Amino acid sequence: MTIRFNDETFRDDYTHFNSPEAIQRFPFPFDRDDYMYSVNIESHTSGPKGTPFDVAFDVDEHYVSEMRDLAITLEQDPKRCQSLPHMELAGWDLLELIMTSKVADYPDLFELHRDGNAWRWVNKPLGIDDSFTFLDASTLPYGPMEYITRQAQGDFAVLDQRDGSLWMDAGMVTCQADWSLDFNIGMNFTEWHAPVPKAHEMRIFERALKFLMNVQQGAPSRRLNWTMTVNPRLDTSPENYHLWGPEKRTVTPENVGQKQYLRVELQTFWRLPRSNALAFPIRCYLANLQDLSSVPKWGRRLHRVIRDLPDELADYKGFTLNRPMIVEYLSQFDDGAETSLGIYPAEDQS
Amino acid sequence: MTQTQFSPSITSRPTYSQLQSHGGSPAILVADGSGGQALLDLIARDASVLDRGQIFFVTAGTEFGAQLREAGAKAYHQGLFFNEILTQYQAALAQATMATRIYLAGSEGLIGHATAEALAAGIDAGSIQGEHRGGIARRMQCVHCKGMTDDVTTDPFTCSHCGLNLFVRDHFSRRLGAFQGVCVDAETPGEVPETQEIKL
Repeated sequence: MTIRFNDETFRDDYTHFNSPEAIQRFPFPFDRDDYMYSVNIESHTSGPKGTPFDVAFDVDEHYVSEMRDLAITLEQDPKRCQSLPHMELAGWDLLELIMTSKVADYPDLFELHRDGNAWRWVNKPLGIDDSFTFLDASTLPYGPMEYITRQAQGDFAVLDQRDGSLWMDAGMVTCQADWSLDFNIGMNFTEWHAPVPKAHEMRIFERALKFLMNVQQGAPSRRLNWTMTVNPRLDTSPENYHLWGPEKRTVTPENVGQKQYLRVELQTFWRLPRSNALAFPIRCYLANLQDLSSVPKWGRRLHRVIRDLPDELADYKGFTLNRPMIVEYLSQFDDGAETSLGIYPAEDQS
Repeated sequence: MTQTQFSPSITSRPTYSQLQSHGGSPAILVADGSGGQALLDLIARDASVLDRGQIFFVTAGTEFGAQLREAGAKAYHQGLFFNEILTQYQAALAQATMATRIYLAGSEGLIGHATAEALAAGIDAGSIQGEHRGGIARRMQCVHCKGMTDDVTTDPFTCSHCGLNLFVRDHFSRRLGAFQGVCVDAETPGEVPETQEIKL
């Protein structure tokens, strides 16, 4: 398996693009024509070959450029990566999990040589070849969590489990949908979800927490979440809201297909062996309406979902302003034909 | 004066109730303004709370200092602002044991700030109580520059550090002891909604 890595940006001139292959494997989050919250959790690392679902930590054509964007964000705001003092062991757990998974899924891109605690890690796409002592942080240029998450796409929250809850006690968060690690660090599961509308009354979080606290080693799970973003911007943080917020006003009926992006989070859940912490990677995928609509089933479905979404959810996801334009644009792809259940593109005729 | 009844809000927004004595356990009692009366009420209900108790009081223009000083605590510290007695409070936290109880009373800003200090010192959240008295001024953190602004009573308000216009969220961090302030005119710079008093 060889991946051709894009040379692209996720800020300023926004040269990000999806190849036709990337569009076909996009994790489209809607399995039917309407959307409401649910605890839509399923077992991870099973899915059609070539999709983001059949590997532990997906590496795609955006890998090298996304890691470059992460480094810029981190340089401007080091508080995007934090780990409370009791979380270092969990950081080593995460490092081991990501390294061994990447080697198993992409043996041509990554190598891990282990002799007891003497480890050598080779990351060919990023040109890294480091030798270090496992569980000895002084032998790495960063703490273990920061070291490995600088080489993995998406955000990572590492949750401590105690007192009947999960606690957001460490994380690397540079491509988030408008939440602040620096504000939320140290919060429990209920506290950090407090601002989400409707879901509390539906007792979503209660059930999700019960599930997550029982995730077992070697049995990871996943769910998809989504929102909308103007421009292919990874760093839609509250910290920089005053910088990216004005871009929402640059959408017009003429450019909405190119500028309006569906932002999908592939969230996975992993029990870590030594610390008993829960790793919670949140991988972000971006595709604009034009590219998504090239798949007939997705064009039809996206129109129906966005058109019929409760106002409260559109508000929370921050696209109330541009929603009429989005629905109008998407309506051209909706001929009223039935769509098949499930998220994959192939089944329906154009 | 009674305790404040806040309107229903999101689940990270703290709620407060009347202080409950844990008797003669080691105690750190902190109050500002009319929170001083809440401590006097607590002491009236159970004087043993001061057997191994230290009081930290921010006067904020009130007269409770004299009574609190005479109430019989092991130590009494008073300041015009919390910052004036913060070092002494931190020293007391550093000496705290598993059994130490923290009693906080007064403004939400004081309770939040003192809670954050206690958590940072390793005090278990279950050992900390707060009783709200007085006004509803909030301690706000600017999510953009991270600066803290005390005594915020209006929404929106101006960040005292970076000058952005911020709206007052109910989202609260116990670790920071502060609510979150987010730029209110990010999407339309200069279009700031009319300023209102913060609601209960």
